This record gives sequence, structure tokens and C-alpha cells, in this order.
Amino acid sequence: MSINLKRSNAPVFWLLFGAGGMLSALVGPVLVFITGIGVPLGLLLPENTLSYTHVHALAHSWIGALFLFAVVALFFWHAGHRIYHSLHDLGLHPGAGAKLVCYGVPLLATLIAVYALASMGYS
Amino acid sequence: MNTPAGNGRRPYMRSMQGWWRRNTFYVEYMIHEATALFVAAYAVVLLVGLVRLSQGQAAWNAWLAALRSPGSVVFHVLVLAAISYHAWTWFQIMPRTLPPVMLKGKRLSAAAITRSGLAAAAIVTLMVFFLVRGLWA
Repeated sequence: MSINLKRSNAPVFWLLFGAGGMLSALVGPVLVFITGIGVPLGLLLPENTLSYTHVHALAHSWIGALFLFAVVALFFWHAGHRIYHSLHDLGLHPGAGAKLVCYGVPLLATLIAVYALASMGYS
Repeated sequence: MNTPAGNGRRPYMRSMQGWWRRNTFYVEYMIHEATALFVAAYAVVLLVGLVRLSQGQAAWNAWLAALRSPGSVVFHVLVLAAISYHAWTWFQIMPRTLPPVMLKGKRLSAAAITRSGLAAAAIVTLMVFFLVRGLWA
């Protein structure tokens, strides 16, 4: 008996969703606080925390660049996958267009992040 | 009469309109699914920041200035609430999304998995906060 099973791409998207969900659960709250509340208001953090020199040095180091890339790209993949499946829950029965947006935007964001980080070079 | 089956039957189709409002369990589910919208919005903010950083100091400072606007701070308070709720529910669900974890021949309980996840998040939060504060203070 031969079964021709078409390889599914679902595990790849699920893995990206899971990795992004885990990363955003671990570092999401503290990052939102640092960039969106703490530094803008000078709350608990010195105002120069996110100075150009500091953050550029972070993005310039390969480990910092890897962290920034993982956060930006995986947050997008996590959100896109979850939003795509929520459309189904809302009875919207997403078609190819919705899939293109929910997974195309994360793909585009990933490429932009790579380009931005690569253009700064590595030390 | 034209029907999907084409044979005159009119099967009862229960409407999906507002199904999730009928039960608090489903309401909670939809709220934790909706946190993805805030994760997406924050990812956009960070991506713009990354692009502005690559454009040089003036562009980066403009991004920082935008983050200081009152509207941005209010927005980030909402994002913080949503993403914290996402983290909380993520670890509540983890016992069901993870394959069985065996420890000394016994299956790790659901409560232990959730507690480990929340503890890890707390440790990572403190580490990132003090790393950022210590490195650049």
C-alpha cells in the first residue's frame, strides 16, 4: 500500500508561532516597559538608557543583533499565525488573501529587519 | 428553492454570530487570542525603531521623541497589560501544548509546568531589566 502524503507546511508556522509566543511571554512585558514607559517617562531607568550610542552598539554586536532580530521577527510570526486562526473563530473563513496578509507581513518584516541590521554591519 | 445541497433540503445552520459571548470560557479565549493584535502593534513599533536606528542618530532620536508623546505612553500601557496577560495565559496553557515532561520517572504536574514558566518569565524580566540598567547606567 502506498500513501502519498503531501508534506504540510503547518508545523513550520506552528513552530514560529510557538517560538514567538514563548519569547513574547518571557521578554515582552519588560521590553514594552523599557521602550514604551520607563525610558520615555524616566521611570526607574536613566534617560540615556536608549541613547543612539548604546542601542547602536547593541545592534552592532552579533549577539545583540541576533536578539533584536529574534524579537522583531518572531513577534510578527506569532501574531500573524494567531490572528489568522482567530479569523476562523470569528466565522470569517479566511481565504488565500487573509493567509497572504497574515504570513506575508511577517515575512516582509523579517526581511526588513535583516536589511536594517545588516546595513549597520557587525563587529 | 436553491439550497447548498441542491435537493430542496434546508438544513439548520446555527449562526456563528457572537458565539464566544455565550460562555465566560470562550470570552477568556477570545481575549487571550486578541492579545496578538497588541503583540503585532508592538512588533511594528520595534521594527520602525530598528529601521530608524539603521538610518542614523537623527532618525533614532526622532523615534525616541515619538515614544515620549502622551498618546504613545498610554498606548504602551495598554500593550503592557495585553502582553502581560498573554504571558500569563501562555503559561496556563503550556501544560496542554507541551509533550508530557517526565521527571524521575513521574509525569510533571500541570501546576508545576505553569509555575516553572511563570518563574522563568519573572527571572528573565529581572535579568533584562537589570542588565539594561547596569550596562548603560
